[in-house]
Amino acid sequence: MSIWEYANPKKFIATTTPVLPWVFAAAGLFLIGGLIWGFFFTPEDYRQGSTVKIIYLHVPSAMMAINAWAMMLVTSLIWLVRRHHVSALAARAAAPVGVVMTLIALATGAIWGQPMWGTWWVWDPRLTSFLILFLFYLGYIALWEAIEDPDTAADLTSVLCIVGSVFAVLSRYAVNFWNQGLHQGASLSLDAEENVADVFWYPLLACMAGFVLLFVALVILRTRTEIRARRILALQARAQRDGVQV
Amino acid sequence: MIDLGEYAAEVISAYAVSLVLLALLVWVSWRRAGRVRRALEQIEGPRADG
Repeated sequence: MSIWEYANPKKFIATTTPVLPWVFAAAGLFLIGGLIWGFFFTPEDYRQGSTVKIIYLHVPSAMMAINAWAMMLVTSLIWLVRRHHVSALAARAAAPVGVVMTLIALATGAIWGQPMWGTWWVWDPRLTSFLILFLFYLGYIALWEAIEDPDTAADLTSVLCIVGSVFAVLSRYAVNFWNQGLHQGASLSLDAEENVADVFWYPLLACMAGFVLLFVALVILRTRTEIRARRILALQARAQRDGVQV
Repeated sequence: MIDLGEYAAEVISAYAVSLVLLALLVWVSWRRAGRVRRALEQIEGPRADG
Protein backbone atom coordinates (compact mmCIF):
# COMPACT_ATOMS: atom_id res chain seq x y z
CA MET A 1 0.00 0.00 0.00
CA SER A 2 1.37 3.43 -0.97
CA ILE A 3 1.36 6.46 1.34
CA TRP A 4 -0.16 8.44 -1.54
CA GLU A 5 -3.43 6.56 -1.06
CA TYR A 6 -4.01 8.81 1.97
CA ALA A 7 -4.00 11.77 -0.38
CA ASN A 8 -7.47 10.59 -1.39
CA PRO A 9 -9.89 12.74 0.68
CA LYS A 10 -12.33 9.87 1.36
CA LYS A 11 -9.52 7.54 2.36
CA PHE A 12 -8.04 10.23 4.61
CA ILE A 13 -11.34 10.80 6.43
CA ALA A 14 -12.09 7.08 6.74
CA THR A 15 -8.60 6.36 8.12
CA THR A 16 -8.52 9.23 10.61
CA THR A 17 -12.05 8.75 11.99
CA PRO A 18 -11.13 5.96 14.46
CA VAL A 19 -7.67 7.42 15.19
CA LEU A 20 -8.64 10.99 16.04
CA PRO A 21 -10.23 10.46 19.51
CA TRP A 22 -7.17 8.46 20.63
CA VAL A 23 -4.75 11.16 19.49
CA PHE A 24 -6.78 13.81 21.35
CA ALA A 25 -6.90 11.60 24.46
CA ALA A 26 -3.14 11.00 24.36
CA ALA A 27 -2.53 14.74 23.82
CA GLY A 28 -4.69 15.60 26.83
CA LEU A 29 -3.00 12.98 28.96
CA PHE A 30 0.56 14.09 28.19
CA LEU A 31 -0.20 17.82 28.19
CA ILE A 32 -2.24 17.96 31.39
CA GLY A 33 -0.01 15.39 33.12
CA GLY A 34 3.19 17.17 32.05
CA LEU A 35 1.96 20.61 33.07
CA ILE A 36 0.72 19.40 36.48
CA TRP A 37 4.03 17.59 37.01
CA GLY A 38 6.06 20.64 36.02
CA PHE A 39 3.95 23.22 37.84
CA PHE A 40 3.36 21.42 41.14
CA PHE A 41 6.12 18.84 41.52
CA THR A 42 9.35 20.43 40.32
CA PRO A 43 11.66 22.65 42.39
CA GLU A 44 12.62 26.25 41.71
CA ASP A 45 15.81 26.97 39.80
CA TYR A 46 18.61 28.39 41.96
CA ARG A 47 18.96 31.46 39.70
CA GLN A 48 15.59 31.86 37.98
CA GLY A 49 13.37 30.98 40.91
CA SER A 50 9.84 29.81 40.06
CA THR A 51 9.98 31.41 36.58
CA VAL A 52 11.68 28.20 35.43
CA LYS A 53 8.16 26.67 35.40
CA ILE A 54 7.43 28.74 32.28
CA ILE A 55 9.81 26.41 30.41
CA TYR A 56 7.03 23.76 30.22
CA LEU A 57 5.02 26.09 27.98
CA HIS A 58 7.67 28.20 26.29
CA VAL A 59 9.96 25.48 24.92
CA PRO A 60 7.25 23.11 23.56
CA SER A 61 5.28 25.95 21.96
CA ALA A 62 8.42 27.43 20.34
CA MET A 63 9.39 23.97 19.12
CA MET A 64 5.94 23.45 17.58
CA ALA A 65 5.88 26.94 16.05
CA ILE A 66 8.92 25.97 13.98
CA ASN A 67 7.89 22.36 13.37
CA ALA A 68 4.41 23.40 12.22
CA TRP A 69 6.01 25.56 9.55
CA ALA A 70 8.30 22.67 8.60
CA MET A 71 5.25 20.41 8.22
CA MET A 72 3.56 23.11 6.09
CA LEU A 73 6.70 23.31 3.94
CA VAL A 74 6.68 19.56 3.29
CA THR A 75 2.95 19.45 2.46
CA SER A 76 3.27 22.57 0.30
CA LEU A 77 6.09 20.98 -1.68
CA ILE A 78 3.98 17.83 -2.10
CA TRP A 79 1.18 20.03 -3.46
CA LEU A 80 3.50 21.83 -5.88
CA VAL A 81 5.08 18.61 -7.14
CA ARG A 82 2.26 16.03 -7.02
CA ARG A 83 -0.89 18.22 -6.89
CA HIS A 84 -2.51 16.26 -4.04
CA HIS A 85 -5.32 18.43 -2.64
CA VAL A 86 -5.19 16.87 0.83
CA SER A 87 -1.59 18.01 1.26
CA ALA A 88 -2.47 21.61 0.38
CA LEU A 89 -5.44 21.48 2.76
CA ALA A 90 -3.27 19.99 5.51
CA ALA A 91 -0.88 22.94 5.17
CA ARG A 92 -3.82 25.33 5.38
CA ALA A 93 -5.15 23.45 8.42
CA ALA A 94 -1.81 23.63 10.24
CA ALA A 95 -1.34 27.40 9.90
CA PRO A 96 -3.78 28.55 12.64
CA VAL A 97 -2.32 25.94 15.00
CA GLY A 98 1.18 27.19 14.19
CA VAL A 99 0.21 30.82 14.71
CA VAL A 100 -1.20 30.05 18.17
CA MET A 101 1.99 28.14 19.08
CA THR A 102 4.08 31.11 17.93
CA LEU A 103 1.91 33.52 19.93
CA ILE A 104 2.26 31.37 23.06
CA ALA A 105 6.05 31.23 22.58
CA LEU A 106 6.24 35.02 22.14
CA ALA A 107 3.91 35.76 25.08
CA THR A 108 5.53 33.34 27.53
CA GLY A 109 8.97 34.52 26.38
CA ALA A 110 8.05 38.15 27.10
CA ILE A 111 6.55 37.25 30.50
CA TRP A 112 9.67 35.22 31.34
CA GLY A 113 12.04 37.87 29.96
CA GLN A 114 10.68 40.72 32.05
CA PRO A 115 11.92 39.46 35.45
CA MET A 116 15.06 37.75 34.07
CA TRP A 117 16.29 40.32 31.52
CA GLY A 118 14.51 43.37 32.91
CA THR A 119 12.60 43.89 29.67
CA TRP A 120 9.56 42.39 27.90
CA TRP A 121 11.13 42.64 24.47
CA VAL A 122 14.46 43.23 22.82
CA TRP A 123 15.39 43.18 19.11
CA ASP A 124 17.49 40.11 19.63
CA PRO A 125 18.10 37.85 16.56
CA ARG A 126 16.00 34.97 17.88
CA LEU A 127 13.12 37.10 19.12
CA THR A 128 13.05 39.17 15.94
CA SER A 129 13.10 36.14 13.64
CA PHE A 130 10.30 34.62 15.72
CA LEU A 131 8.23 37.78 15.36
CA ILE A 132 8.78 37.70 11.59
CA LEU A 133 7.73 34.02 11.56
CA PHE A 134 4.53 35.06 13.39
CA LEU A 135 3.87 37.73 10.71
CA PHE A 136 4.51 35.14 7.98
CA TYR A 137 1.87 32.90 9.58
CA LEU A 138 -0.62 35.78 9.52
CA GLY A 139 0.26 36.56 5.89
CA TYR A 140 -0.09 32.89 4.93
CA ILE A 141 -3.57 32.65 6.51
CA ALA A 142 -4.63 35.96 4.95
CA LEU A 143 -3.47 34.82 1.50
CA TRP A 144 -5.58 31.65 1.70
CA GLU A 145 -8.62 33.76 2.64
CA ALA A 146 -7.99 36.41 -0.02
CA ILE A 147 -7.86 34.18 -3.11
CA GLU A 148 -11.11 32.66 -4.32
CA ASP A 149 -9.75 29.96 -6.62
CA PRO A 150 -8.51 27.17 -4.28
CA ASP A 151 -5.78 25.86 -6.58
CA THR A 152 -4.35 29.35 -7.15
CA ALA A 153 -4.50 29.96 -3.40
CA ALA A 154 -2.69 26.68 -2.77
CA ASP A 155 0.01 27.58 -5.34
CA LEU A 156 0.67 31.06 -3.96
CA THR A 157 0.56 30.06 -0.30
CA SER A 158 2.98 27.22 -1.06
CA VAL A 159 5.45 29.70 -2.53
CA LEU A 160 4.97 31.98 0.50
CA CYS A 161 5.61 28.99 2.75
CA ILE A 162 8.91 28.26 0.99
CA VAL A 163 10.00 31.90 1.42
CA GLY A 164 8.92 31.94 5.09
CA SER A 165 10.94 28.80 5.77
CA VAL A 166 14.03 31.01 5.89
CA PHE A 167 12.65 32.61 9.04
CA ALA A 168 11.58 29.28 10.51
CA VAL A 169 15.20 28.13 10.19
CA LEU A 170 16.52 31.48 11.45
CA SER A 171 14.27 31.41 14.50
CA ARG A 172 15.77 28.03 15.41
CA TYR A 173 19.43 28.81 14.70
CA ALA A 174 19.61 32.62 15.13
CA VAL A 175 21.51 32.27 18.41
CA ASN A 176 24.15 30.08 16.73
CA PHE A 177 24.39 32.23 13.58
CA TRP A 178 24.85 35.61 15.28
CA ASN A 179 25.95 34.64 18.78
CA GLN A 180 24.56 37.86 20.24
CA GLY A 181 21.47 39.14 22.00
CA LEU A 182 19.84 38.22 25.28
CA HIS A 183 18.30 34.88 24.36
CA GLN A 184 20.35 31.92 25.51
CA GLY A 185 21.35 29.01 23.30
CA ALA A 186 19.48 25.71 23.28
CA SER A 187 18.70 24.42 26.79
CA LEU A 188 18.15 20.92 25.47
CA SER A 189 20.97 18.70 24.33
CA LEU A 190 21.67 15.02 23.79
CA ASP A 191 24.80 15.64 25.86
CA ALA A 192 23.71 15.01 29.47
CA GLU A 193 26.22 17.60 30.72
CA GLU A 194 24.68 20.39 28.64
CA ASN A 195 21.03 19.34 28.93
CA VAL A 196 18.73 20.78 31.60
CA ALA A 197 18.71 18.84 34.88
CA ASP A 198 16.64 15.64 34.86
CA VAL A 199 14.19 17.05 37.41
CA PHE A 200 13.12 19.61 34.77
CA TRP A 201 13.83 17.44 31.72
CA TYR A 202 11.29 14.64 32.29
CA PRO A 203 8.20 16.83 32.81
CA LEU A 204 9.42 18.98 29.90
CA LEU A 205 9.61 15.85 27.75
CA ALA A 206 6.00 15.01 28.71
CA CYS A 207 4.87 18.54 27.79
CA MET A 208 6.72 18.40 24.46
CA ALA A 209 5.00 15.08 23.68
CA GLY A 210 1.67 16.67 24.65
CA PHE A 211 2.21 19.64 22.33
CA VAL A 212 3.23 17.38 19.43
CA LEU A 213 0.17 15.16 19.94
CA LEU A 214 -2.14 18.17 20.26
CA PHE A 215 -0.71 19.57 17.03
CA VAL A 216 -1.24 16.26 15.22
CA ALA A 217 -4.81 15.94 16.56
CA LEU A 218 -5.74 19.49 15.61
CA VAL A 219 -4.20 19.24 12.14
CA ILE A 220 -6.10 16.00 11.46
CA LEU A 221 -9.35 17.54 12.73
CA ARG A 222 -8.86 20.75 10.76
CA THR A 223 -7.77 18.93 7.58
CA ARG A 224 -10.97 16.87 7.71
CA THR A 225 -12.91 20.12 8.07
CA GLU A 226 -11.09 21.70 5.11
CA ILE A 227 -11.79 18.60 2.98
CA ARG A 228 -15.51 18.79 3.80
CA ALA A 229 -15.64 22.55 3.25
CA ARG A 230 -14.00 22.04 -0.16
CA ARG A 231 -16.59 19.34 -0.98
CA ILE A 232 -19.43 21.73 -0.07
CA LEU A 233 -17.98 24.40 -2.38
CA ALA A 234 -17.63 21.85 -5.20
CA LEU A 235 -21.24 20.67 -4.76
CA GLN A 236 -22.53 24.24 -4.64
CA ALA A 237 -20.58 25.12 -7.80
CA ARG A 238 -21.93 22.02 -9.56
CA ALA A 239 -25.50 22.81 -8.47
CA GLN A 240 -25.15 26.41 -9.62
CA ARG A 241 -23.88 25.22 -12.99
CA ASP A 242 -26.81 22.80 -13.32
CA GLY A 243 -29.30 25.36 -12.01
CA VAL A 244 -30.22 23.30 -8.93
CA GLN A 245 -30.82 24.76 -5.43
CA VAL A 246 -28.47 23.25 -2.76
CA MET B 1 -1.45 26.04 46.53
CA ILE B 2 2.31 25.98 46.01
CA ASP B 3 4.43 28.99 46.90
CA LEU B 4 5.77 30.62 43.74
CA GLY B 5 7.58 33.34 45.63
CA GLU B 6 8.19 36.78 44.16
CA TYR B 7 7.51 35.61 40.58
CA ALA B 8 4.01 34.23 41.20
CA ALA B 9 2.33 36.83 38.97
CA GLU B 10 4.63 36.08 36.02
CA VAL B 11 4.30 32.30 36.29
CA ILE B 12 0.52 32.33 36.72
CA SER B 13 -0.03 34.83 33.91
CA ALA B 14 2.17 32.75 31.54
CA TYR B 15 0.08 29.65 32.30
CA ALA B 16 -3.21 31.57 32.07
CA VAL B 17 -2.40 33.15 28.69
CA SER B 18 -1.18 29.85 27.22
CA LEU B 19 -4.05 27.72 28.48
CA VAL B 20 -6.66 30.24 27.32
CA LEU B 21 -5.08 30.36 23.83
CA LEU B 22 -4.90 26.55 23.62
CA ALA B 23 -8.49 26.16 24.84
CA LEU B 24 -9.71 28.73 22.31
CA LEU B 25 -7.86 26.97 19.49
CA VAL B 26 -9.37 23.58 20.37
CA TRP B 27 -12.86 25.05 20.84
CA VAL B 28 -12.81 27.00 17.55
CA SER B 29 -11.50 23.94 15.67
CA TRP B 30 -14.17 21.61 17.13
CA ARG B 31 -16.98 24.12 16.56
CA ARG B 32 -16.08 24.68 12.91
CA ALA B 33 -15.60 20.92 12.37
CA GLY B 34 -19.13 20.28 13.66
CA ARG B 35 -20.67 23.06 11.62
CA VAL B 36 -19.04 22.01 8.35
CA ARG B 37 -19.83 18.31 8.93
CA ARG B 38 -23.51 19.11 9.54
CA ALA B 39 -23.63 21.38 6.49
CA LEU B 40 -22.21 18.61 4.28
CA GLU B 41 -24.60 16.06 5.75
CA GLN B 42 -27.50 18.36 4.89
CA ILE B 43 -26.39 18.35 1.27
CA GLU B 44 -25.19 14.78 0.84
CA GLY B 45 -26.93 12.91 3.65
CA PRO B 46 -25.31 11.46 6.80
CA ARG B 47 -22.02 9.54 6.54
CA ALA B 48 -21.73 10.41 2.88
CA ASP B 49 -17.99 11.03 3.24
CA GLY B 50 -17.22 8.10 5.49
